Amino acid sequence: MRVIYLALIPFLALAACSNPGGGFGGGPLGGGSSWDDSSANAEDQSDPTSQGFFETSVGNQVLFDVDEFTLNTASKVALDIQAQWLMDNPGYVIIVEGHADEQGTREYNLALGFRRAQSVQEYLVARGVSGLRLKTRSYGKERPLEICSAERCYAKNRRAVTLLTAGLS
Amino acid sequence: MRLIYFSILAIGMWVSPALSQNGPLKIEITDGVIEPLTFAVPIFEAENIEAAAIATEISRIVATDLISSGLFREIPANRFIAQRITFAEAVRYPDWRAINAQALVTASVKTTNTGRLTVKFRIFDIFSGVQLGSGMQLGGSTQAVRRMAHKVADQVYERITGEGPYFDSKIVFVSESGPKDKRLKRLAIMDFDGENVQFLTGNENIVLAPRISTDGKQVLYTSWESGFPQIYLLNVGTAGRKRLPTPDSGMAFSPRFSPDRKRIVYSFEQGGNSDIYLMDLVTARSARMTSSPSIDTAPSFSPDGRQIVFESDRSGSQQIYTMPVSGGTPNRISFGNGRYGTPVWSPRGDLIAFTKQSNGRFGIGVMRTDGSEERLLSASFLDEGPTWSPNGRVIMFARETQGAKGAPSLYSVDITGRNLRALTLRAPASDPSWGPVQR
Repeated sequence: MRVIYLALIPFLALAACSNPGGGFGGGPLGGGSSWDDSSANAEDQSDPTSQGFFETSVGNQVLFDVDEFTLNTASKVALDIQAQWLMDNPGYVIIVEGHADEQGTREYNLALGFRRAQSVQEYLVARGVSGLRLKTRSYGKERPLEICSAERCYAKNRRAVTLLTAGLS
Repeated sequence: MRLIYFSILAIGMWVSPALSQNGPLKIEITDGVIEPLTFAVPIFEAENIEAAAIATEISRIVATDLISSGLFREIPANRFIAQRITFAEAVRYPDWRAINAQALVTASVKTTNTGRLTVKFRIFDIFSGVQLGSGMQLGGSTQAVRRMAHKVADQVYERITGEGPYFDSKIVFVSESGPKDKRLKRLAIMDFDGENVQFLTGNENIVLAPRISTDGKQVLYTSWESGFPQIYLLNVGTAGRKRLPTPDSGMAFSPRFSPDRKRIVYSFEQGGNSDIYLMDLVTARSARMTSSPSIDTAPSFSPDGRQIVFESDRSGSQQIYTMPVSGGTPNRISFGNGRYGTPVWSPRGDLIAFTKQSNGRFGIGVMRTDGSEERLLSASFLDEGPTWSPNGRVIMFARETQGAKGAPSLYSVDITGRNLRALTLRAPASDPSWGPVQR
């Protein structure tokens, strides 16, 4: 399936998405595809055009209220900054991943994750990021960032993560 | 003696139609309170010395199966009056009445050096002093000891309760390992009692919600194998799999077979919105069944294949709807206090099982297909995803424990809400899907 997948999007580099924080999207155990291989190195973060910089300094996550997929003010501010950086660094292909906390049935949470990812995608596009660079996917409640069963963890798990893969340049 | 042979060879296994001769032996259910029927299963007689261990094993499995239904209670062997019980000898009813055994199962077991196993058995109604139906004989391989035992237990269960059998059946599920934030998941299949676990996929991709076909030969599931959630069809016999044709422009999930296995219903996401689709597996064409800006998911067919039940939040919260497969306006059936998801139509057609969320807890419940007579059968931090036994009498579901070390395991419960039982498995397990009684 990897071969088929890469054939659909031939410009994607292998092992390109990363997350030094190690939390989102599954890490090396996630989808098993090249998308999820954590590979960023620490030096990367000092380069303002790097994925590491985007993840740590620009910020690649927005959070949602319980059972919500609309963007709150804080999320919009964060996405304005993301959008500007993404336009300044047009070489990246972007996947927005939607996630849910564990308080919901599996299928519903998957659908909710799609809605959250879509909200972010639409906002980024409205701010000028090319829709051709963007894809979405949902992990539902399958990949929590925090593992406690309390609101302090749930709040961090109700998120959309903007993942980068180098490739357009 | 009625002869019934089944074989585990390539031709498959078969059993002729069961005798549904229900004598006066009845399990009383009064106001939902079950008075279990008492039974005795003396260690089965071995016709040859090599069959002794198998005879013992089969008799214990038969007893365990019957007890697990919650409808039977075993009279232990240390209370038996007769010290030696042979299959050929006439049953001494007073001996069994004296220890209050309502039913007695006797059997003899024979093996051959070619690996053939034969079980002859009889069921007796002690208080009426009669044999219940004619004796039966099952034939198969010595590799099929557990299945043979489940078949015997199914016959006892069926003749006494009048309900369809379910012990000789398989369940597909998701076997889980690893920490909560990096959970590894793989599809597996097992006997109804948790024995004989076999893996159907590796754990390199997240896999969810397997749904077994009505003939038990195929499984639909959702996998991130391509990097994005899509629907796959797996052949249970070969473990070969293929992605089903849905557009790459969206994500497909939550598939389920039609009873005739010619079609599937599933959810397809496009532009963030999830709707219900129907795919003809022969032509590979999909037709859209719902089009609303809401989350429409978790569809399931009625056993006659004419309707589906699904969940939608079109009203503002997760609720259950039915609609004809031919199309039309969805009809909301859940109106209680809380959220309703993952509806599954009973194989008998009379009930819909669901997951209900209210007051921060999750429970499994059933309602009539018009939404009336809602009853909750379980409640915990997270109970989810019911599946029906082939006879529509038992519901299995996953219960996940709370906290950083929380993990799911499988439970079953009688549709009366009694007899809640945890299945004993070596690893965490979720998303059960109960297959048919094997042939």
